[in-house]
Amino acid sequence: MSINSRSNTATSSNTRLLPDEVVRRRRRQYFEQSIVSWLLRVTAVISVLTTIGIVVILVVESVGFFSQVSVWEFVTGREWTPLFKPQKFGALPLIGGTLLVAVIAGLVSLTLGLGAAIFLSEYAPEGVRKVLKPVLEILAGIPTVVYGYFALTFITPMLQGIIGSDRVIIFNALSAGIVMGLMIMPMVSTLSEDAMIAVPRSLRDAAYALGATRFEVSTKVVIPAALSGIVASFILALSRAIGETMIVKIAAGATPNLTLNPLESIQAMTAYIVQISLGETAHGSIEYQTIFAVGLLLFVMTLAMNILGRVIISRFRQVYE
Amino acid sequence: MSINSAQGPRGKSKRFDLIRTWRDRIFFIGFLLAILIGVAGLAALLIDVLVDGLGFLNWKFLTNYASRKPLESGILAPMAGTVWVVGLTAIFTVPVGIGTAIYLEEFAKKNRLTRLVELNISNLAGVPSVIYGLLGLAVFVQFLFNGSRNLTAGALTMTLLILPIVIIASQEAIKAVPSSYRDAAYAMGATRWQVVKTVVMPQAVPGMMSGIILALSRAVGESAPILIISSLVWVTFVPTSPDSKFTVLPLQIFTWVSQPQEDFRSIAAAGIIVLLLILLGMNAVAIWIRNKYQVRSE
Repeated sequence: MSINSRSNTATSSNTRLLPDEVVRRRRRQYFEQSIVSWLLRVTAVISVLTTIGIVVILVVESVGFFSQVSVWEFVTGREWTPLFKPQKFGALPLIGGTLLVAVIAGLVSLTLGLGAAIFLSEYAPEGVRKVLKPVLEILAGIPTVVYGYFALTFITPMLQGIIGSDRVIIFNALSAGIVMGLMIMPMVSTLSEDAMIAVPRSLRDAAYALGATRFEVSTKVVIPAALSGIVASFILALSRAIGETMIVKIAAGATPNLTLNPLESIQAMTAYIVQISLGETAHGSIEYQTIFAVGLLLFVMTLAMNILGRVIISRFRQVYE
Repeated sequence: MSINSAQGPRGKSKRFDLIRTWRDRIFFIGFLLAILIGVAGLAALLIDVLVDGLGFLNWKFLTNYASRKPLESGILAPMAGTVWVVGLTAIFTVPVGIGTAIYLEEFAKKNRLTRLVELNISNLAGVPSVIYGLLGLAVFVQFLFNGSRNLTAGALTMTLLILPIVIIASQEAIKAVPSSYRDAAYAMGATRWQVVKTVVMPQAVPGMMSGIILALSRAVGESAPILIISSLVWVTFVPTSPDSKFTVLPLQIFTWVSQPQEDFRSIAAAGIIVLLLILLGMNAVAIWIRNKYQVRSE
């Protein structure tokens, strides 16, 4: 205390000696702060500019395309042959290919991810949970090119072994979908588990007190209460699957093919964008413009799903706060 | 259970209870199986890669350039490219990412505009990486560098891609600093910037570092945007300046996977092992930093 008061008197005596100096220093501090504040504001603007940039680029570069091909033809046409004559620009085969893989990935990730989430939140003892959860999350950190390799060199031969190599083409939607499901599984399980853990303990206790089994508590109490969170996790994971590039490029093929048969080769929207980028397509040609048109469609689809997912999550949070 | 027995004859309720018990057990196994299949998938992936690639992993592989002959192929050029891209990306990302986080957490008023900026950032985190590639192709390659597919264009694209992750992680780190620290500094007459500089930052830097390293590891593994930017498949030189052409490790792996010959697949697997080791190292460093300096707010 005595030391403090002594130093206080020292400062105040300073103040008394040099009031100008203190005022000047204070001014300098506020000047410095206003400059820093502006610099920080500039950095924050960059993320806004990124969004504007994405929208402007996608729209501007595809305007030329849509002046030659109507939007209606683009989203409803059943043939996609931009690289050879006669050129047809119906994106349905690409959309269909993307959705086929995404639906398979969705089925895999929902089954595995929801099962894993229920196990982690309702059944697993803390020790088991602490080990399994991080192991599962490694799946989300593995580069997608590695998943592509895994699909092509492991899952596809396995499928050929099970179903028959005459029926499974080397590049097929099923293999890519399964591997992608594995990749997005931790996303489904983590977000679903968060939603389940947020369900108040009292609801579970009430059900247990009535003699319910753990399965009944999980399926009749916890899942209905956490449903919006689970649905949101699923939508966000699907959006991730739709935007995923390398797995479909490596394992699903490059044949725009409007089919529901997962054993056939398809081409996803992202894989098309990459295929054109790898080739020698002249800047400004209609082939060059197609990748921006496809990109715009992809952007709109994923953005809609992300917004939907987040709206559902925020609704769900309001219920419990 | 008394409710059940009141509803019907004793035997029927007993059988019903037995069914319920067994259903519980079967589904317990089902849920356990779901998570184990995930773990088994991970194990299969790692074993697949190790079995295929381990035999090809040697000193020559690390120091050779890519070649038409699989056995003479190496990863020197993509390794150097990856180091360049990650280094430049870090230089661009760190000031912008941390700056934005500080602005949003410490300076911006909590109004609708700020919320909009934050919403925008979380939306950007969900944009497919291939879209960032298109953005980089149009803005950096075509517009800024006149068609030159150089390292800086690649790094700038990666910067935009990982910026949302860096901002969100840095915001978390800033939020973890107890507000009592700030209040104490304000009470002594510190300006907002002094509080940030001398109180918040020293506490938040470790959290930010681990977030940034994790984001950079995402950039190391990302191939789609670089594929669009670089488009170059066989690079047989080490980039010497930020305006060189380049390739990166995942892109080289992709090139090898796309070759029909079996040996190239094995070379790809060897490349994957190196890539996974790099990612493992980066993640380990991030976790180590987090554990060592974790802010414990009470």
